[in-house]
Amino acid sequence: MPEIRNYTVNFGPQHPAAHGVLRLVLEMDGEVVQRADPHIGLLHRATEKLAESRTYLQSLPYMDRLDYISMMCSEHAYCMAVEKLAGIEVPIRAQYIRVMFDEITRILNHLFGVATLGLDLGAMTVFLYCFREREDLLDCYEAVSGARMHAAYYRPGGVYRDLPERMPQYEAQVSRNAKQLGEMNANRQGSLLDFIEDFTQRFPKCVDEYETLLTENRIWKQRTVGIGVVSPERALARGFTGPMLRGSGIAWDLRKKQPYEVYDKLDFDVVVGVNGDTYDRYLVRVEEMRQSNRIIKQCVDWLRKNPGPVISDSHKVAPPSREQMKSSMEELIHHFKLFTEGMHVPEGEAYAGVEGPKGEFGVYFISDGANKPYRMKLRSPAFTHLSAIDEMARGHMLADAVAVISTLDIVFGEIDR
Amino acid sequence: MDLRLALIDTAWTLAGIVAIVVPLFVAVAYLTLWERKLIGWIQIRIGPNRVGPLGLLQPIADGVKLLFKEIILPTNASKGLFVLAPIMMLMPALAAWAVIPFAPELVLADINAGLLYVLALTSFGVYGVIIAGWASNSKYAFLGAMRSAAQMVSYELAMGFALVVVLMVSGSLNLSDIVAQQGRGRFADMGLTFLSWNWLPLLPMLVVYFVSGVAETNRAPFDVVEGESEIVAGHMIEYSGMSFALFFLAEYMNMILISALTAILFFGGWQAPVSSALFDAVPPFLWLLAKMFVIVSMFLWIRATFPRYRYDQIMRLGWKVFIPLTLVWIAVIGLWMQTPWSLWQ
Repeated sequence: MPEIRNYTVNFGPQHPAAHGVLRLVLEMDGEVVQRADPHIGLLHRATEKLAESRTYLQSLPYMDRLDYISMMCSEHAYCMAVEKLAGIEVPIRAQYIRVMFDEITRILNHLFGVATLGLDLGAMTVFLYCFREREDLLDCYEAVSGARMHAAYYRPGGVYRDLPERMPQYEAQVSRNAKQLGEMNANRQGSLLDFIEDFTQRFPKCVDEYETLLTENRIWKQRTVGIGVVSPERALARGFTGPMLRGSGIAWDLRKKQPYEVYDKLDFDVVVGVNGDTYDRYLVRVEEMRQSNRIIKQCVDWLRKNPGPVISDSHKVAPPSREQMKSSMEELIHHFKLFTEGMHVPEGEAYAGVEGPKGEFGVYFISDGANKPYRMKLRSPAFTHLSAIDEMARGHMLADAVAVISTLDIVFGEIDR
Repeated sequence: MDLRLALIDTAWTLAGIVAIVVPLFVAVAYLTLWERKLIGWIQIRIGPNRVGPLGLLQPIADGVKLLFKEIILPTNASKGLFVLAPIMMLMPALAAWAVIPFAPELVLADINAGLLYVLALTSFGVYGVIIAGWASNSKYAFLGAMRSAAQMVSYELAMGFALVVVLMVSGSLNLSDIVAQQGRGRFADMGLTFLSWNWLPLLPMLVVYFVSGVAETNRAPFDVVEGESEIVAGHMIEYSGMSFALFFLAEYMNMILISALTAILFFGGWQAPVSSALFDAVPPFLWLLAKMFVIVSMFLWIRATFPRYRYDQIMRLGWKVFIPLTLVWIAVIGLWMQTPWSLWQ
């Protein structure tokens, strides 16, 4: 009698549920996953090595391209590390702007996470509902930086420029009549802050809509409850952070435990799950969106009342204004030096981590005093989370493996780097 | 003389077949457009609106595209079976329409075992899926075939039992008789025909039948056979061009067929909901069409709303919920029919 063997399935790198370029080799016994072996490296772009041959400012846009779902949070960690190394003070208004955009980014990311989890489990509509709100938030990105995705808005020493006074408008098209156009532009008449405030007011209702479709849905619960369970001990041992850790019931959040920027002045709750399964992590992400919304609201209120500089006035690290540059020799030299040679940071090492939407995203620098880092190391949460996929998917069915990949909330930009 | 009569007879039958099949293909084409439009509206999108006015030529463009695409035969596929599978899929989906009564007396084959014939042919469709999955020599296709073998067979049972109840109350396997029977009864005499249709006394069976129908046609939330995010397209993964289109046609024809059967078995087929001069003036055929349209839209609505079941959960629903429920309901209806309060004298 022939020997009965398990068979392997190549899940990805081209697969609708592979979330990028994950090549997952699944060893299957019928429909049941016996072993899940993730193969990474298909999106490797040597970001860490590239940073060694570029000035501190030139490497910054690479950060957007790491986790391309939560762009500004990676920028934030990078800027904080440079600031720590060089001892740069960040103006308070810039700190509020950063926190506001961090939270906008968190909503962006969680919308994407919930949407793709829905899509992977066959709930198509929630995907498009989530993308409707993502669209508005990406418009905020666009208003502030000109780019909808790779913003490069945070700079060592603050942010690139202050919030704009007007929002970009939809333009007339053959397929839109004047009335439709007016409706689309209705909430874009004021400044960016007005638009964001309007968003924070309608967003909780939108979250209710997603929850109507999913949270109490019996099929949704059957598909997520008890899938990919991680005990609190294992989550800690595995080095989980972010919603993956909080879903298992451990209240660890860098925004509370090691407050950076102005998080200690803001009022929000850390969301914690109970069972550590896919359903709890889904609930954690949904609730975090509501908490982020609260934070954004507080930031908007503060930013309205307190004008001020948004980037350091030391022109060794931040460019002077165009006006100063054109009228003063000193500033012209600063400008030229900054954009050719870049800034020199003192010798030393620094690590800065932020509570990114996916978990702790950290940047570690070793500087030898030159205008480029001697070594840069990135700590990406999704890399750590992906390494647990075997543990989480083993013994589940193929359809659950899809749910597990999705609940890990991985993005290959930051796993492969 | 006999030969001439036979020839005329055959010609009539052929004309009847053409008169059913051609509109059916058009219906499938425009069902795909309606699906994309309706789901688009549900998902705050617009849906196709570029090809022709309001996107009305989209299905034609899709059809032409599929016609011109190469049919790829995978090297390691079992060639004969690979080609056979889509045909096996489409054939029963078309043939089942022979016994569907569109209006009184308007049916291609008014056979007495109509219900059995439909059951037999819809069961046949599973072979197409299994053969396709086997012949493709692909792991994903094979997984899809395994899933479909289990799923379609189990839901056939629940569906069959639900139909037994209909059969009991109408006392006939002839679909025309089943429709006619629903037009009789206390409410029908009062002019409220829609209350004497089967849906009201057999409500649980309607639910079982419709959900089984969704599962039988592999539509969301029971689309694990295709399982887009799991096994990509299941049994269809290796098919391209027209060979893929045949699977697609069969799936949509089955959807329309299940809608037609639901309308006929539970919603009084071609009958008007209320008998009044205005309602009776509408041709009976249009009533059936309207009912089918509503039911087929339900398919799409369900697809846009629910997440997908997992394979074993579908099995559980079929075997542990639906089959026991139908068995109990057969007994309940059987006893009911023996009492003086029976609705079906």
